[in-house]
Amino acid sequence: MPGFAATNNTVSGVAAQVDGVFLFITLVGLFFFVLTQGFLIYFALRYRRKKREEPAETPYITGSHWLETLWVVIPSLVVLAIFIYGYLVYRTIRTPPADAVEIQVTARQWLYQFTYPDGRTAVNEVRVEVGRPVKFLMKSADVIHGLYLPDFRVKMDILPGSYTYLWVQPEQVGKYEIYCTEYCGTGHSVMRAVMIVMNHEDYGRWVKQEEKPETLSLTKKGEKLTENSGCLACHSLDGTARVGPTLKGLFGKKVALADGKSVVADETYIRESILEPNAKLVQGFPPVMPTFQGVLKDEDITAIIAYIKTVK
Amino acid sequence: MPDDIAPSPPADRGYLTEKGFLSWACTLDHKRIGLLYLGTTLLFFLVGGVFALLLRMKLMYPGEELFSNKAYNVFFTLHGIMMIFLFIIPAIPSALGNFLIPLMIGARDVAFPRLNIFSYWIFLAGIIVILASLASPLDTGWTFYTPYSATTGAAVTVLSFGIFLVGMSSILTGLNFIVTIHRLRAPGLTWFRLPLFIWSMYATSIIQVLATPVVGITFLLLAAERIFGVGFFDPAKGGDPLLFQHFFWFYSHPVVYVMILPAMGIVSEILPVFARKPIFGYKGIAYSSLAIAFIGFLVWGHHMFVSGMSDVAGIIFSFLTFFVAVPTGVKVFNWIATLYRGSISLDAPMLYSLTFIFLFIIGGLTGPFLGALATNVHLHDTYFVVAHFHYTMMGGTVIGLFAGLHYWFPKMFGRMYSERRALTAWLLIFFGFNITFFSMFILGVQGMPRRWAEYPERFQPLHIASTAGSWFLALGTVLMFWNLFRSLFRGGPAQPDPWGSKTLEWRTGSPPPTHNFAEIPTVTEWPYGFGKKEKERE
Ligand code: HEC
Ligand SMILES: [Cu+2]
Ligand SMILES: [Cu+2]
Repeated sequence: MPGFAATNNTVSGVAAQVDGVFLFITLVGLFFFVLTQGFLIYFALRYRRKKREEPAETPYITGSHWLETLWVVIPSLVVLAIFIYGYLVYRTIRTPPADAVEIQVTARQWLYQFTYPDGRTAVNEVRVEVGRPVKFLMKSADVIHGLYLPDFRVKMDILPGSYTYLWVQPEQVGKYEIYCTEYCGTGHSVMRAVMIVMNHEDYGRWVKQEEKPETLSLTKKGEKLTENSGCLACHSLDGTARVGPTLKGLFGKKVALADGKSVVADETYIRESILEPNAKLVQGFPPVMPTFQGVLKDEDITAIIAYIKTVK
Repeated sequence: MPDDIAPSPPADRGYLTEKGFLSWACTLDHKRIGLLYLGTTLLFFLVGGVFALLLRMKLMYPGEELFSNKAYNVFFTLHGIMMIFLFIIPAIPSALGNFLIPLMIGARDVAFPRLNIFSYWIFLAGIIVILASLASPLDTGWTFYTPYSATTGAAVTVLSFGIFLVGMSSILTGLNFIVTIHRLRAPGLTWFRLPLFIWSMYATSIIQVLATPVVGITFLLLAAERIFGVGFFDPAKGGDPLLFQHFFWFYSHPVVYVMILPAMGIVSEILPVFARKPIFGYKGIAYSSLAIAFIGFLVWGHHMFVSGMSDVAGIIFSFLTFFVAVPTGVKVFNWIATLYRGSISLDAPMLYSLTFIFLFIIGGLTGPFLGALATNVHLHDTYFVVAHFHYTMMGGTVIGLFAGLHYWFPKMFGRMYSERRALTAWLLIFFGFNITFFSMFILGVQGMPRRWAEYPERFQPLHIASTAGSWFLALGTVLMFWNLFRSLFRGGPAQPDPWGSKTLEWRTGSPPPTHNFAEIPTVTEWPYGFGKKEKERE
């Protein structure tokens, strides 16, 4: 959990360094806070006059050259120090190690698609190995988005038409949230993903298992795809409504649509829901499901439909 | 001044004597034009505030409660557009600036009175166009980043035209003020005898004249992009979305000084009067206004550190940004030094001025977190930024405006308000404000992104605190306005100079006559000559 600049931050080296800068500015800020607010409040109370009392005699002081020089010079030096410290750590933030694993990110309204070096893809979920630096090479398929890993203290905008990058070297196994920080329309706040940091053995096992999906049955493949494509961020399997309706018992159910009509959830409807989510909107839900056109292949969708049929 | 004297109307209504629609709509009197702006901008402050309360209500819940995410996006867009373009940019310069500049420099009106009322009409026309564009709900945010703003179905094109008109009004007003300050000063009123409010308005006007054309152009380009598909910003056609951001912030950064400098001017007027002390470091405060106006033009890129702009540009912008802090610091230190050994009365104008300094220090000290590159990468586009600019804009500018309203209210309307009610309102505003916005600093550090309609549950407690704070803030604000509004009709008569001030506006009636002064005063000293000289100084 990201908290107040904890300098014992062990999620990554960069995060700890950023927290170091944060702490430094906090301490400097606190010093000036106490100094200025202290005098402000002290003077206001100390030299206070009662209501309707005649003003006391006050001295005619119009300034002081040495004081004014002092509070030009000292703050200048202090901000210079803050600038330099911030700049040094920024250099680290912007310089990925040469051996970083490169993962491609394509952002679109409203999901992130990750492509691993070996060509495998996943939506709204990316798995990386602990201790290995990863460089995300990012571009957008539509408007500007932003990829933000709060625990790692890094973010970067994602642009259409050019690449931007961001790197992390996670030092702790766990699940970390990814947020979208550049306003991108209706689904901006549900555009979230996770980065799963795994230890060496688990990661190896996962890669092996991913490599031979053809050995899986159609429903098992559908189950994997539903997990890896980020559907579960918005759809539950247990009957509760999240951002979208639950997938439990969907197949064959009569679905009430936003335009007042209704439709029976058959294969065609589910397929359409995945490729053109806004063609038929479910009543009571926002139009924020991203299209999976160009993200999921035809046989993937067949597998997902087969899986949804089994979720009862 | 006793609270609530019997509602016997003050004898001479001065410039307010004439009644009727045309006497206002076609007036050439800068004071009346100032009041027109004041009424218009405060109306949008209240409407924008209602949107803010709705946003805060929704944010009490992490999911899609109360209203849809789409509606949330529309509401925060409207909140931003109204507060920025229709309230905070024009409020102090156009309302108080118009009312006060001629009075403070001993002139009978601004240099171009016809241009002045024309500016107000353009402003109104712009508002009407902007309101018309709302027929198709805008959901771009007040920053209008392309490509989203170039593709969304909302009426961005119509809105662009409205903003263009409002901007034009700003330019003309700025021009008018610059000429007025140069040409119409009373005999003996040299530059270094000018009240500091005039200095700050002078710096503000320069920014308005130089920077506002850029936002006009930006919105014209955006309209061309939408209507003709020109491709200034569309990479598919060889354009660049970052170009829009550079254009936008080239205006929108300097304009934050259009918002804050006049408020700083107000505080610089009030402190000496209520502390009965000369302002400390007059020249430092005057020059720092100009320095801020100048450096303010060079730092727009600090909104774009993670935008994909080159790292080198980021480093340069970060470096320059820190040097806006220095002249700002000078002002704060000088204000505090002004209080030293004063004889301070904590009437409403003073209380709001001290609150301005208190909140502005917090807003200012949280700036370096955002100016420093490493921490900016973490905090950019989170609630930390939202908190920071509300501390400077609301805690700074709006509280400064409140201070000014309480200070000049007797001059404007010839009546006093209830001091007791003003204090109650202040208390609610002070605590409400800090609860509302301090929570947001913590949310930001914890990683809560801005412009999010929904959020992970772990952020909920602080959001609830913030929403609760917003109710106190709203209550205090309503009470404050009610107090002033009621005093328009029921307040006791005000003396020409109820606070014992030394600037020229107090040397004429409250309210002033139409031509301001029976006889133009001759100025022989600076306006802050309070206190007893121990030995003769310059
Ligand atoms: C950003 C959140 C989000 C993601 C990710 C998402 N959906 Fe949806 N989905 C929704 C919402 C909201 C609706 C209801 C509105 C609508 O009909 O578009 C919906 C509707 C549906 C429906 C119609 C449900 C019904 O009750 O009629 C299906 C089927 C569906 N989604 C499948 C998927 C699949 C499969 C995936 C992953 C490949 C997925 N969704 C990913 C938000 C999401
Ligand atoms: Cu996004
Ligand atoms: Cu987004």
